[in-house]
Amino acid sequence: MSFDFTAEGPKLMMLVYGIVAFAAVVGLLLLVLDVLPSHKDRWVALGLLAPAGLLLLVGLIVPAVRTLILAFMDADSDEFVGLDNFIWMFTDKNSGMLPDFGADPVQYGVLLSTFLWVLLVPTVSTSVGLVYAVLVDRARFESFAKSLIFMPMAISFVGAGIIWKFVYEYRQEGAPQIGLLNQIVVAFGGTPQQWLLDGPWNTLFLIAVMVWIQAGFAMVVLSAAIKAIPADIVEAARLDGVTPWQMFWQVTIPSIRPALVVVMVTISIGTLKIFDIVRTMTGGQFGTSVVANEMYTYSFRADENGKGAALAVLLFVLVIPIVIYQVRVVRRRRLEGAR
Amino acid sequence: MASNRQRRLLALSGAVALALTVAACGGSSGGTSEGKLDTPECAAFADYTGIAGETVTIYSPIRDAEAGLLEQAWAKFADCTGVKIEYEGSGEFEAQLKVRVAGGDAPDLAFIPQPGLLEFFAKGGKLKAAGEKTKAMATQNFAPDWLKYATIDGTLYGAPLGANVKSFVWYSPSLFKEKGWKIPQTWDEMITLSNTMAAAGIKPWCAGIGSQDATGWPATDWIEDVLLREQGPDVYDQWVAHTIPFNDQRIVSATDRVGSILKNEKYVNGGIGGVKSIATTTFQDGGLPVVQKKCGMHRQASFYANQWPQGTKVAEDGDAFAFYLPAIDPAKGKPVLGGGEFVAAFTDGDAVQAVQTYLASADFANSRAKLNNWISANKGLDVANVANPIDKVAVGILQDTGAVFRFDGSDLMPAAVGANSFWKGMTDWINGKDTKATLDFIEASWPK
Amino acid sequence: MSTGTETVVAAPEPEVPRTAAGRVRKKLTSRTASAVSLVIALLWTVPTFGVLVSSIRPENEIKSNGWWNFFTNPQFTLENYNQVLFGARSASGGLAGYFINSLVITIPSVLFPLAFCSLAAYALAWTRFRGRDWVYVGIFALQIVPLQMALIPLLSFFNEGVSLGGVQVLPAWDLEGPGKFITVWFAHTCFALPLGVFLLHNFMAELPGDLVEAAKVDGASHAKIFRRIVLPLIVPALASFGIFQFLWVWNDLLVALIFAPGPKNAPLTVRLAELAGNRGNEWQRLTAAAFVSIIVPLTVFLSLQRYFVRGLLAGSVKG
Repeated sequence: MSFDFTAEGPKLMMLVYGIVAFAAVVGLLLLVLDVLPSHKDRWVALGLLAPAGLLLLVGLIVPAVRTLILAFMDADSDEFVGLDNFIWMFTDKNSGMLPDFGADPVQYGVLLSTFLWVLLVPTVSTSVGLVYAVLVDRARFESFAKSLIFMPMAISFVGAGIIWKFVYEYRQEGAPQIGLLNQIVVAFGGTPQQWLLDGPWNTLFLIAVMVWIQAGFAMVVLSAAIKAIPADIVEAARLDGVTPWQMFWQVTIPSIRPALVVVMVTISIGTLKIFDIVRTMTGGQFGTSVVANEMYTYSFRADENGKGAALAVLLFVLVIPIVIYQVRVVRRRRLEGAR
Repeated sequence: MASNRQRRLLALSGAVALALTVAACGGSSGGTSEGKLDTPECAAFADYTGIAGETVTIYSPIRDAEAGLLEQAWAKFADCTGVKIEYEGSGEFEAQLKVRVAGGDAPDLAFIPQPGLLEFFAKGGKLKAAGEKTKAMATQNFAPDWLKYATIDGTLYGAPLGANVKSFVWYSPSLFKEKGWKIPQTWDEMITLSNTMAAAGIKPWCAGIGSQDATGWPATDWIEDVLLREQGPDVYDQWVAHTIPFNDQRIVSATDRVGSILKNEKYVNGGIGGVKSIATTTFQDGGLPVVQKKCGMHRQASFYANQWPQGTKVAEDGDAFAFYLPAIDPAKGKPVLGGGEFVAAFTDGDAVQAVQTYLASADFANSRAKLNNWISANKGLDVANVANPIDKVAVGILQDTGAVFRFDGSDLMPAAVGANSFWKGMTDWINGKDTKATLDFIEASWPK
Repeated sequence: MSTGTETVVAAPEPEVPRTAAGRVRKKLTSRTASAVSLVIALLWTVPTFGVLVSSIRPENEIKSNGWWNFFTNPQFTLENYNQVLFGARSASGGLAGYFINSLVITIPSVLFPLAFCSLAAYALAWTRFRGRDWVYVGIFALQIVPLQMALIPLLSFFNEGVSLGGVQVLPAWDLEGPGKFITVWFAHTCFALPLGVFLLHNFMAELPGDLVEAAKVDGASHAKIFRRIVLPLIVPALASFGIFQFLWVWNDLLVALIFAPGPKNAPLTVRLAELAGNRGNEWQRLTAAAFVSIIVPLTVFLSLQRYFVRGLLAGSVKG
């Protein structure tokens, strides 16, 4: 590996500049806040929120508003077309959004698939992550055991695509199998299957990939929460002679409830936005497409800006229930804490 | 510690900058500011003056080793003229280029493989028309059949770069020899051969249309090749331009003919599985059973030469080779389906136009072809510079004046069809959807 | 690392079960527990393990039969690693340059969000102003904005500046060479904010209120409370968010392709994606690539482990 310092020097300088700039910004901010008296909450908050607020405005709010406008315009974003894109989405059977059980092969529809993803991924990956975090907590090789589950998160998607090819790949009966799943089927005397071809099962096989990745996230966050459960609570329960089962339900779960909610909510939103698993493994074919994948396809490949943006707006709408839930969490917290 | 390191870095980068300046001065003090154009080995580039020190950025879908060969091919040009070419290849080229152009970050030049995409940018006013020199070079080296794909409303936007011939059927010469099979010269002979193979217990065809988010494209090539043979180039052009509907009876007939091969359980999918396995097999894997002698024939472009396993001899007497997909009606001529990239410019500086002109030259075509695995429709390309046997055949076809060349139709159609519903439709079709419903679906998606 | 965990945790050692039945049950549950965790660990590791084995097999073997055949018919080669590390494309100068790019991109892209998110989360949790909860819910909801939709506006913000009604309000940034890294940091920081604020705010809001109130009564400023009381207590949360932000940036391909173009700025992921070959025909190299790129994130994860232990101490302050 040749290492050309003349080429790398300026980059490392840039890194140094970046870190210095970072230290300067944060330091300055804290210094200014130090001078301000603490009862002027409004000004303090403004100072603390300003950097995040400005970045959010440029990076997310402006794009969101732009998307909202594009959703009511035509493919080239030249003319307003009212609700046409949404009408297309829900009435034109070629949009593929709604199920069509009369079609051959049966079309399950993008909305139904997306629903299946949002239902299964958060629940299954949180459960697995939680169970594993509890089981390996304070075990001998905890650090090692945790990194096994964490590993899928650390693998870039470029690598993950290959990993799952070696699981789902199909070869005809009699030929040597490359996919592990078919090898197991063959070993038990079955016929090899094309796992990614037939609905609705193919969606479940794709969901398994997402669960495999997200369980690591759930495990890390929940494990941190479990470790934060005050030792005396655990001790008291133990002296009362509770079984591990009771301990799990009566002590662990209630204590980490906030963390559980955070994990579920985060994974749900991440799942709504998922598209790269679908895109690399089936290209959204065979009825496996989800809303975010359709959005990407229409916006960046098919030159249909209006439809793409409308699908993005559909995502905004789908997240509303989660936002309402958050509003209630905030309200409840305020009532409890009266802060 | 941090500050110490920083100081060291500062000192170092200062020294480096100084060294570079000295080197640069030293280089130019001997000659003129024209790089090395006046030296004898640079005589070929004497026309490209006044661009020394300029930088031209190129964005392209060609990457990895092939990108390295491109850079190697123009290295001498860059060295002589003093122009700096910054090349970047990406697997997500089509989507990324649209984002970059919309975001005001367009490259100077782009190698665009879809005339439809080129038209999209040209109509949006993003492209610069080819300069006089580029235009002269392009008309000198390329047939009008090719240049028309880069000509929008009478304006030429660039010349073709590389090319590939799609009308090829790959087979195993050693298996053919073993069984005494002859290369079919007509469509009917090919079908007879298919039946012979099937009777001998070898599935005659294999295919794979999986290609991640572009899944389906190899099937669209099949339809285009057959339509071109069944109905001739005029109907093909009307179909691409949508002056006849996508679900026209003639398209239905061509699709059904493809179906008589690809959806025929007796014919496919050699060494891989049944008909539906075509949909889940990647195009890279689709032809591999040919060299394992589990499949008789595989229709795929000339580039498939690079997909064979290591150690495969690609030659007329080797493990794999290809024959021209025969005509259905000899009266309709010798149709050739192909593809390639076009060099389009988003800016119009002198250096950009000089590079664009050079890339259209015979000098570049030969320089690149010598490095292997590459062909072009450039008339100045000397077949002697093409090493690969299959590339030699492909160049022969491209330079055959009797052949009727047509560009890959899905690359010409609007992206909503050519890069979306056509792919999706063909995938569903392989997966069991009937021909009429498939073509109706694609027709409905054509932008109004 | 794991020894650290045990010494801290040693206090509540499981007491000896009082009855024989209890002892049996205890043993049974711990056995089931081990079995279940083993099964999960296996399920999660086997796919990756298969690729690890594949990465040391020859190309023709990888493409013609399953990785488990390695154990009956071992054929070993380092060719895949050789190609990944020392590259097929001469002009790009090997992997080292890309590796440096990845580091230069990732480090600030983790630091900035950590700082801005914790400041914002503190303001949303511990200062009082009108509309506070709405600001919080608003930031939370921004998580749903798909990254892809933000690319074009953000790119044009850098390249064309901002103009309102024909008047140029902000100029274009005109960044060249290493300066382009700024745009990548900027983009990653923007995209990280909603999740970061949400995660850290949840953690901060759970901190005991009396701690903060007491400090306020003592006349401590918000800056002081943030530094002295809140920051030490949220270390585990910072560590978890830091890890995930690190992973996200380290493994990102989309943002890099747009904002870090060319071999001079592109990170490792861009090079690895390229390794599959011009038409995906060299995908066997990706097996080795996956393991080359996983080393750094895994090291970061293992070295941050001890901060989760400190979380235990932080929790006891709360009780």
